[in-house]
Amino acid sequence: MVASSETASPVGQSNSFDVAKVRAQFPIFDRPLPNGQPLIYLDSAASAQKPHSVIDKERECYERYYANAYRGDYQFGVHIDEELESTRGKVRDLIGATQSEEILFTSGTTMSINLVANAWGRKFLQAGDEILLTQMEHHANLVPWQQVAHATGASVRYIPLTSDWRLDLDRLDEVLTDRTRLVAVSGMSNVLGTVPPIREIAAAARKRGALVLVDGAQSVPHLATNVHDLDIDFLTFSAHKLYGPSGVGVLWGRRRLLEAMDPFLCGGHMISEVFWDHSTWAALPAKFEAGTLPIAQAVAMGAAVDFVNGLGLPAIHTHDADLTAYAHERLASVVGLRIFGPEPAEKGPIVSFAIDGIHPQDLANLIDRKGVAVRHGHHCTMPLHSLLGVPATTRASFGVYTTRGDIDVLVDAIEFARKKLRRA
Amino acid sequence: MSSSRPTTIPELIETFDALGDWEAQCDYLIDLGYDVPEFPAAERTEANKVHGCQSNVWLITHTRPGDPPKIEIQAESDSMIVQGLIAVLLIAYSGKSAQEILDTDIEQIFSRLGLNRQLSSARRNGLAGMVRRIRSIAEQSLAEAS
Repeated sequence: MVASSETASPVGQSNSFDVAKVRAQFPIFDRPLPNGQPLIYLDSAASAQKPHSVIDKERECYERYYANAYRGDYQFGVHIDEELESTRGKVRDLIGATQSEEILFTSGTTMSINLVANAWGRKFLQAGDEILLTQMEHHANLVPWQQVAHATGASVRYIPLTSDWRLDLDRLDEVLTDRTRLVAVSGMSNVLGTVPPIREIAAAARKRGALVLVDGAQSVPHLATNVHDLDIDFLTFSAHKLYGPSGVGVLWGRRRLLEAMDPFLCGGHMISEVFWDHSTWAALPAKFEAGTLPIAQAVAMGAAVDFVNGLGLPAIHTHDADLTAYAHERLASVVGLRIFGPEPAEKGPIVSFAIDGIHPQDLANLIDRKGVAVRHGHHCTMPLHSLLGVPATTRASFGVYTTRGDIDVLVDAIEFARKKLRRA
Repeated sequence: MSSSRPTTIPELIETFDALGDWEAQCDYLIDLGYDVPEFPAAERTEANKVHGCQSNVWLITHTRPGDPPKIEIQAESDSMIVQGLIAVLLIAYSGKSAQEILDTDIEQIFSRLGLNRQLSSARRNGLAGMVRRIRSIAEQSLAEAS
């Protein structure tokens, strides 16, 4: 089973950056798995591993200046506020925003989308309005809109997919209408890897007077994103897929929209004044940051942004493109394997597939013996899987530490599983 | 090992103990699954599906007359590891009376086989779904008899 891994390109061969050096920054790879196998981590689209710099930053926060945020006029209180504002500035620059006040800290993409669906949707949507999604959305960018549609009488429509798993923009006019108030689209499908032309969709939406939200959970860690170049209105992403801590994420929104919206969560820090019978709201971003933030995690998110900038998103993209093309090429050799997604040039580093006669759950179990960690199931996209025609897929997804050798081990492990399942 | 398959739970436990580690036991489960009698294609219906499983599972029963009558179980999954778990359930339950089925402490058997420890929560939920289906058929059968 090692045959092809030994002939694979050595760790570190990449046009973009030295993968071996990058991998060395991730302590998770320092020790073998409990069964003695080295970790072959191919589930970065679910959550990325963390470099030393991020882990150290979170530790530094707890060890040197931890206090609650935006509350203490003592030395640590001031220090923690400065750290958080530093992260806010880094996030602003990462996504090409211009105002720090437009960067809201949330618990992650799911909360960010729920925030817009509730704080904007429930206030501004009316019966007869339409929310336009795509057929490849994650449940986090689908279920909140269904709920707000039920509550307001609006309806949800979907941009269809082509037979090669791209958005069918030739049919955009069928679903984008004068009643469309908001288009919410993934910047990169978590199953197909499809990267839609956001600028084109945003321009079409603009003509109809609709707002545009981009779910950047998968795209922000892999593709340079500039909210003003794209001409969008909201962007959401999670730190944990960007090599940062879990439990913290971002909502960027245009100031005038955020100011017009109602608060989503109410409580401490988000108020200006509270009276017995009503309250007034704090200025941005506090208005949407009720309660105690994930403080140390938000601080360490800044280190994650630094880490990604240190490698450079163009270089990350080159690395991703190489791995994705290589994965398609190697997986094509597996008998009965079908990849669900467009050609490598049109997608991110996500490869979902099914193998005739092999259940994804069995495959995941058996390749785990070889140290290979992949995701299986519907990946929070049940409606999409009804279009794929399979109840579940296996997904391999890549990060900055992923090597061609990892993909070789995956392919060998699949062959091992086929033999075990008597499908070879 | 395929020549003589265990027909009772004590025999199965003995084989599992002899195999020692989970990888060997899991391979053995897959082998057991291949020996489960073929499921009639016409019975792969929505009504016969067991919910709560990540994989598709179909399960039907026949009552063999007698005193007391015995419940024969047929089941199938598209997951080979689940098919192996079905083999375990058939050893524990199939051909038993309704009362014997209800008296079987299946949790204790799973735990003795180490399945509780080795199976993911999704697999355990699926297994629990099959057990619920079999027990409810047994309960119904007892209620009809009385």
